[in-house]
Amino acid sequence: MLDLLFHTQMSLGLGQAAAVAVLAIIVAQFAARRGAKIGREIPLVLLRGIVQILLVGFLIAAMLRGPWWTGIPVLIVMIFIAATIVRRRVPELPGAYTLSLLCMAAGAGGVLTVMTLLGIVEPKIIILIPVGSMVIAQNMNIQSLFLNRFLGEVRSHRGEIESALALGAAPEHAAESYLYASFHASLIPAIDNLRSLGIVWIPGMMAGMVLSGTSPIYAALYQFVILSMIFIAGAVSCLTATYLVPRRIFTPQQQLRRLT
Amino acid sequence: MTTNAAVLEARNLSRTLDQPGGPKSLLRNIGFRLDQGQVLAVLGPSGAGKSTLLRMLNRLDEPSSGAVLLQGADTREMDPRNLRRRVGMVMQQAYLFPGAAAANVRYGPAQHGIILNDSQVADLIQQVGMAGYQDRDVATLSGGEAQRISIARALANQPEVLLLDEPTSALDDVSKQEIERLLATLVRERNMTCVWVTHDVAQARRVSDLVLKLEAGQAVGFGTSQELLHA
Repeated sequence: MLDLLFHTQMSLGLGQAAAVAVLAIIVAQFAARRGAKIGREIPLVLLRGIVQILLVGFLIAAMLRGPWWTGIPVLIVMIFIAATIVRRRVPELPGAYTLSLLCMAAGAGGVLTVMTLLGIVEPKIIILIPVGSMVIAQNMNIQSLFLNRFLGEVRSHRGEIESALALGAAPEHAAESYLYASFHASLIPAIDNLRSLGIVWIPGMMAGMVLSGTSPIYAALYQFVILSMIFIAGAVSCLTATYLVPRRIFTPQQQLRRLT
Repeated sequence: MTTNAAVLEARNLSRTLDQPGGPKSLLRNIGFRLDQGQVLAVLGPSGAGKSTLLRMLNRLDEPSSGAVLLQGADTREMDPRNLRRRVGMVMQQAYLFPGAAAANVRYGPAQHGIILNDSQVADLIQQVGMAGYQDRDVATLSGGEAQRISIARALANQPEVLLLDEPTSALDDVSKQEIERLLATLVRERNMTCVWVTHDVAQARRVSDLVLKLEAGQAVGFGTSQELLHA
């Protein structure tokens, strides 16, 4: 119906965005009348979302004219921003920003570098930025889940950890079972995404590729590649964290810090 | 190291916490000296600093000032893991690790590369009155049974000093008496030097040679059990 009103791709896109935004606001207002406190938040979130994604659209459009490697600093900046978001999830963890930065540099950064060198991710801006941002964003979520869960485990098992220390255990060993429980828990979404791929959901990127004329078979294979990259990046970043986190929750005298 | 060194000595131990509202003093200038086989009861109400003192003795907490000497050697100069093997601890709750009782008993020595054989484990478990419980899942144990296994776990490291942090206060009356008797017997039989934190004056009278009374982080009495509790 909208295509009868809008005759260019740009105006059609704006019309579609306006239509879904109005619908979202109507739903939010109904929810607000039932007591949900989202009446004011949703219009702001929608506005923020459209501005951010449009800026990225303009950025990619501008970068398409430049060499592919200009995508690298953009992805690096994304990793820095993602680390600040992870830090907000675990403000009680000393050095959380540096820790998250190192873990995501190893995870998302390492995986994207290797995949690009292997030619699995083509060195083209139009591929590097969207694929890179997906891997970084999911890596950020996995990293947040890992640290959040781990600190929760430490708080609720303080007695067991200190009992292990009191028996002469090394700090890494005293916290080991909680590190790996958190490692597994944080990767559950990524593992379930792979498990349910095509059965429960068809990811947005595959849908987009099909809509833009790519063979559905190739789009399916590529989506599998992306989800596998997300899993690998998440696993690498959390494994890195299992080595780095103990140094932050234990003192140099091998005492468990108070996490408040 | 001095020739007449005490087994365990605390010199002017203090601990202050840095908090947003300003520093908070938990313990101020505590000192004592224990020779081989002596049992010190640390008495005081909740919040007096009893557990804080105990945790500084095996360096689970760091003193802000003062020193702890084990056989005359400053514990700050020791590897914390080695110190904690030599100074064992039994906590208020057992905090057993998931799995079999035997695995819990083997845990401490394994941290130092020593694997206890089956008969050594059986012997330790028998010493705490739990003969035949080696393969029992600790999740199925009662509070008193769990505390017995945690005592066997601490003894497995063959510590020179035993720290007891209110080991009977989380138990029912029957278990409380049994665990107290068990600990008192083990400590006497092994001639172990022991620091026993309790808020129970009668218990302190029954088990200790020396008594340190704490109130609001300060020592308000130190002497023999006879002087302080039997008067």
